[in-house]
Amino acid sequence: MNKPTLNSTRLRAAALALCLAQTFLAPAVVVAATEAPVKLQSLRGAEINASDPEGDGTRQGRDQPPLPRDFVQQPPLIPHTIKGYNITKNFNKCLDCHAWARAKESGATKISVTHFKDRDGQELSSVSPRRYFCSQCHVPQSDAKPLVGNTFKPGTGMR
Amino acid sequence: METNKKGFVGRIRAMGWGFAAMLFIGGILFWGAFNTAMEWTNREEFCISCHEMKDNVYQEYRNTIHASNRSGVRATCPDCHVPKAWGPKMIRKIQASNEVLHKVLGTIDTPEKFNAKRLELAKHEWERMKKTDSRECRNCHNYDGFDYAEQGRRSSKAHQTGLNEGKTCIDCHKGIAHTLPEVEQAIGAPKQGATPEEFHPPVKPEEAKPEADKPAKG
Repeated sequence: MNKPTLNSTRLRAAALALCLAQTFLAPAVVVAATEAPVKLQSLRGAEINASDPEGDGTRQGRDQPPLPRDFVQQPPLIPHTIKGYNITKNFNKCLDCHAWARAKESGATKISVTHFKDRDGQELSSVSPRRYFCSQCHVPQSDAKPLVGNTFKPGTGMR
Repeated sequence: METNKKGFVGRIRAMGWGFAAMLFIGGILFWGAFNTAMEWTNREEFCISCHEMKDNVYQEYRNTIHASNRSGVRATCPDCHVPKAWGPKMIRKIQASNEVLHKVLGTIDTPEKFNAKRLELAKHEWERMKKTDSRECRNCHNYDGFDYAEQGRRSSKAHQTGLNEGKTCIDCHKGIAHTLPEVEQAIGAPKQGATPEEFHPPVKPEEAKPEADKPAKG
């Protein structure tokens, strides 16, 4: 039964120390805050607690031939708009053109057979359910300006 | 002809010109009232009030291009689901009274009940559109007005080949205003949904023959 009492005295001491620290240190913190206020801002210029500005004029890129790849194992980019394209349990709009059965008629790129492998490495006869959500890896392009600069260069074998 | 005309005029004379004029004006008023009533039933709010749609198909439609777009031009329920011509319009209106009955019976009043019926209901509408060569689409989207140079690379090609093959809008443009039912796409477990043939109806055999006649490879 001794231990809890010991603990509580320790706690009390800690609390006292905190109180003292606050009374002496808090004004200093306030002064520092008024001297150099930290300005928080989002990359897109909106208030940090507001959502991104709507209708900022960017559009998904219009239909174009396949885009070049910039790094090894890059999921190919989507060279067309996917506005209104849904991937649901009932229906996968992407595979309505990119599935092997549809590609000939639609003229779309066939889905890679690497997508037929399940997580145990077993080859299936069609798209593996784990590769069902295309837009997890494949993204469309828009005419948005890059928010931050970068010095990335495509890999030597990709140029 | 002359005698008939005289007889007709004679009959009117017998009834009195005033009576005839009243009949004529009455006819106009009745026709006007009938048409107004018909138009009144062709409003979105009216559709929602008697058809089971407020929490399912209407919500799905609201995010599509036909309900929300840059310029605010809309195609509302009757623009696609009620024919414009008088005869087909009356027939469709009378058929639709069956849907009102099922609204009262609550046949599809839960998401589960509705989803169980979705495929069947969608097929009815696909079939109706197919039969009329997508008449309601063409009320606004006239092929003759297509500027293929303005269309995207893919749509321009697909429209020209599709229309030449005798396809109609609904053959490809399914699920543009409402969520699709299950469609068999050979991924994972088999689905009890629309078959590939139902979803992409093959081109009529007689037109597809030149392709079929080619010797099979391998």
